[in-house]
Amino acid sequence: MEIFNSLLPELIRIVVCAVCGAVIVFGNALVMGYAERKLAGRIMLRPGPMEVGFHGLYQLVVDGLKLMGKQLVIPVNADKPLYMLAPLLAFAPVFVPLLVLPFSEKIQGFDLDIGMLVILAFASINVLAILIGGWSSNNKYSLFGAIRSVAQNVAYEIPMLISLLAIVFMTNTFSLKEIAAAQSPVWFVVIQPLAFLIYIVAMVAETNRAPFDLPEAESELTAGFHTEYSGMSFSLFVLGEYANMFIVCSVATVFFLGGSSGIPLPFFEYTGIVWFLMKVYLLMFFLVWIRWTYPRTRFDQLMNFCWKYLIPFSLVNLLITVVMVKLV
Amino acid sequence: MSMDIEVLEDSSHHRYVLNMGPQHPSTHGVLRVLLELEGEYAMHLLPVLGYGHRCHEKIAEFKPAKSFMPNTARMDYLGALIYNHGFAQLLEKAVGIEVPERAEYIRVITSELNRIQSHLLWYGAYLLDLGAFTPIMYAFDDREHILDILEDVTGSRLTYCYFRVGGVSKDIDEKFVTKTRAFIDRLRSRYSLYETLVNGNVILENRLNDVGDLNPHTCNRYGITGPLLRGTGVAYDIRRAEPYSIYSQFDFEIPTATKGDCMASFMVRFRELEQSLRIIEQALDGLPEGPVMAAKVPKKLNIPAGDYNSSVESPRGELSFYLVSDGTDVPYRLKVRTPSYSNLSVVPEMCQGMLISDVVSAMGALDLVIPEIDR
Repeated sequence: MEIFNSLLPELIRIVVCAVCGAVIVFGNALVMGYAERKLAGRIMLRPGPMEVGFHGLYQLVVDGLKLMGKQLVIPVNADKPLYMLAPLLAFAPVFVPLLVLPFSEKIQGFDLDIGMLVILAFASINVLAILIGGWSSNNKYSLFGAIRSVAQNVAYEIPMLISLLAIVFMTNTFSLKEIAAAQSPVWFVVIQPLAFLIYIVAMVAETNRAPFDLPEAESELTAGFHTEYSGMSFSLFVLGEYANMFIVCSVATVFFLGGSSGIPLPFFEYTGIVWFLMKVYLLMFFLVWIRWTYPRTRFDQLMNFCWKYLIPFSLVNLLITVVMVKLV
Repeated sequence: MSMDIEVLEDSSHHRYVLNMGPQHPSTHGVLRVLLELEGEYAMHLLPVLGYGHRCHEKIAEFKPAKSFMPNTARMDYLGALIYNHGFAQLLEKAVGIEVPERAEYIRVITSELNRIQSHLLWYGAYLLDLGAFTPIMYAFDDREHILDILEDVTGSRLTYCYFRVGGVSKDIDEKFVTKTRAFIDRLRSRYSLYETLVNGNVILENRLNDVGDLNPHTCNRYGITGPLLRGTGVAYDIRRAEPYSIYSQFDFEIPTATKGDCMASFMVRFRELEQSLRIIEQALDGLPEGPVMAAKVPKKLNIPAGDYNSSVESPRGELSFYLVSDGTDVPYRLKVRTPSYSNLSVVPEMCQGMLISDVVSAMGALDLVIPEIDR
């Protein structure tokens, strides 16, 4: 009983955090789904969704209902258990990184000592989901998408990690809260511009978005790894993608843009979340913007860019940082 | 084309066959290509045709030649007026009908508008193939103006049947002239937008440079014409090489490039927009008054026995109609030489050893219109 009493607050905390995580994931998907379609429309000189509700505000709700109502088609020769597992695996892990993100000084699920590692570890499960989905669909286009995705994500995780490591060397901690707090006079984007640039490029590649959307390159691979998916299993992949976008942008905010710091508001320990979300959505807007502007790169060029430029540059950046930290 | 599917599947075991099409986002219609792949490299390609075959050439043998005109529009839905032009010219040549000068001017103006809209659609669709979603909307925005202009005068938006043996079906009015002039100004003002958004983009340059190399010799062997041939440095354009209609009166350049890769044909097509605008401008300036139909066109058009040929420059290359007549009004045989068919035939050689992404960019550069291949 005593153990239970001591565990109870922690249990409540877990439940509350999980609920908040779900709210963020679905809320973000609604906001981004609508914003992306409207922004794409704006960029393409067309109105975007206009029919359902005022300026198409309910479009995403209707789309969600439609996707839920759709039949889940499983191809005859697909590997059934894996085929069903893949979308879940793409979607489920995105909740965990949300638990350790410091939305403001006081709004944070758990301030883990290894916050950054938790995020990177769970964010990379997405690759596994894509691989399983592509493989089990028993479709050559899907398999291509999966192969490309694995090669791409494994390659781009390296510069991403190394560019973040430079920050870790400067702050001497993996805890996201402390990293955010360490940027009180100047944001790290000023001190580490190269790491920031490398991170942004790797971030676009990690989330499989244009111009690096090779796993789902529409004009080459029809729909890439989710060619065979329909209904809710398809939308889980999309939800996962939007949640991943949110997470990588949040990491960029925490590591480079000062987390929740900004012009103080009343109850700033809590209202810092306004600044945090503003920075995150600014980065997300950037992702949408480049997606609808640039053509797609070719696969070998993408890999060359990573191995020949991003990784060496991020290593050099890390080395310089280490030397500077030692000297200062 | 000597390969067949069984041979493809039998060859060495770590190769496999990927079926691209007939429903695939980048085959633009119902073209099917079998790719024998090794990793992501296409080692052999086999285009499979016939999904859109409608026997147009055979139909021509069963009805009076004059009433075949609407069929020509359906062979190439992007160059309908140019097909009209070629066929009308063929019959006029065969029967010996003089077309009034005003009709010739109208033909040139509308044909060039048609060419521009074809190029604009290609521009958008090609960039869509390369993964850029936005330019197609800009190109369609411009193209829409041409469709509106042509709709006013021809009555349709895509499969025009506007030309007649001896002229055109309807005269153009002042409104057409003003709208066309407004369009010329509009498109010229848009070049800078296209150039900043697309043409100088480093990703695009990396995707197109040195992909799909052609040389004049290869083009000669496969009968490749149009912007692809001009991209290899050969300034061959029917409008200049064998001037038809009144093209010899106009001052225009034939854009060429030297490298022969996808980027070369891309730039050639882009620069052709301006040359077409120049032709339209000159034709509008010199537009004479007068009738738009020849005075005496017999209802029953008996074609003297013999064979006749007429070539025009379509947006994709040389288009020829070859007609054999036995003296009646129904052709004995009509052969259409469509540019896309010849241009497609180079695919197995050109794309051998390419990545899938490059196959997509190289085939997009051919500007294939499938109903023209499978007429």
